[in-house]
Amino acid sequence: MAQTLNRGPVSGTAVKPPSKKKPFFVDFYSTAVGKKYVMAITGIIGIGFVIGHMIGNLKMYLGVVTEGDGRAYDIDIYGEFLRQILVPILPHGVFLWIMRFVLIGALVLHLHAAYSLTVLNRKARPVKYQTPRDYQVANFASRTMRWTGIIVVLFLAWHLADLTWGWANPDFVKGAVYRNLDTSLSRLPVAILYIVANIALGIHLFHGTWSLFQSLGWSSPRFNQWRRYLATGVATLVVVGNCSFPIAVQAGIIDYNPDAVTATQEAAP
Amino acid sequence: MSTLTNLTLKIWRQDGPTGQGRFESHQIPEISDEASFLELLDILNERLIEEGKEAIVFDHDCREGICGTCSLMIDGQAHGPSKGAATCQIHMRTFNSGDEIVVEPWRAAAFPVIKDLMVDRAPLDRIIEAGGYITAPTGGAPDANLIPIPKPVADASMDAAACIGCGACVAACPNGAASLFTSAKLAHLNLLPQGQAERYKRAEAMVEKMDEYFGSCTNHGECQAACPKEISIDNIAIMNIDYLKSKFKNRKLLDR
Repeated sequence: MAQTLNRGPVSGTAVKPPSKKKPFFVDFYSTAVGKKYVMAITGIIGIGFVIGHMIGNLKMYLGVVTEGDGRAYDIDIYGEFLRQILVPILPHGVFLWIMRFVLIGALVLHLHAAYSLTVLNRKARPVKYQTPRDYQVANFASRTMRWTGIIVVLFLAWHLADLTWGWANPDFVKGAVYRNLDTSLSRLPVAILYIVANIALGIHLFHGTWSLFQSLGWSSPRFNQWRRYLATGVATLVVVGNCSFPIAVQAGIIDYNPDAVTATQEAAP
Repeated sequence: MSTLTNLTLKIWRQDGPTGQGRFESHQIPEISDEASFLELLDILNERLIEEGKEAIVFDHDCREGICGTCSLMIDGQAHGPSKGAATCQIHMRTFNSGDEIVVEPWRAAAFPVIKDLMVDRAPLDRIIEAGGYITAPTGGAPDANLIPIPKPVADASMDAAACIGCGACVAACPNGAASLFTSAKLAHLNLLPQGQAERYKRAEAMVEKMDEYFGSCTNHGECQAACPKEISIDNIAIMNIDYLKSKFKNRKLLDR
């Protein structure tokens, strides 16, 4: 044999010498299984946000409602409500920032874990198969997780610039959610971008939602067959809900009308 | 019984661990459909030896699917096209006359090619050494049913214990992960009463040893599809939860 095998010391018991004490999270995160736990938990946070965000946006379809002595778009009132959560326990907008920090933290961890696991996996097979693989069960979603993830992150940057900061929106008014959405999505290329990005997100969630059960060790014959249905449901819900907005704007169902609201609504505290 | 004709074998040849590999094509004019795939290679090797050429090196031993020695990537599938079968259990009847069959060694950083189609799977032994056993004085043979084990538990453990350690899971995994192997070995012992004493030491040690050599699981499920013993990826979920528990429990115990 051309190679001498290097055998490690064979110990009589499974005792591992106590290593240097690292903080629990750092120690756990240093392993691939630990990183997968982080991927799954931050993924759940992301799925929760995406579904909540989509349901909140459905208020677009409620149009104008009577608010106090004036009339305002329901989604604008909802946008202001998000800043008012837990007031007066916390000052105005603070709870929203707490939620934002949780999301930013989850995103950073999700990206870092994904990056380091990708590096690990590339190293685990430096010489690729020279002929095409005949995959049996790995589906399109599972094999494109990295690409759909990158598309979603790039879209997220655009989405914030478009509807949160307003840099990519030619006629942006802070707080006028309905109006901003209409002006942005009236541009056909932007509407197509939103649809493409949300389909990528749906593909990502189709594998992610199923996969997180494995990563977290949530496996039981009682519900294992439901994991696939749940993943399909989550992906469908998000894609159908989110893609409906650009389509509704393009179809004229969502159409900003400045005369429908009273001017006081933007002066809300 | 019929005969397959005019097969082309495209086989990976590599002189040694550091050698540059290449594909080599061999014509098989005629072969019985009852021949196993390894017999096809035997026949080809006899011909090569008669011609004064070097025989193709490949791993094989029991040839009945229980030893886990054979290891070939046939037409892009670990252990070839049959479900729940090792390479030695693949028969020529699964192919058609005129086919081109591509044979590659298993590829992973942990499985360096020794020669041609033979790879070194020693890292799987390293994982076993880290905790894939129980430390118990065995003594004389115990009476039957001395330790009561519920039938479903024994079945689940036995299903995991069916792992023959061939490494097809690593070969089939797009990430080169050994999660199915490690999780099967863990589930085999961790489900049984005899495995409880060292359960969490074992989970921590084996998972961390696995990390040194292999990639990470992204839940494609290719390993389960390639496994000649059809071991379920449910075992990977058991491994993950046991690893998390081990990190808590072992830290707590070490702090006492």
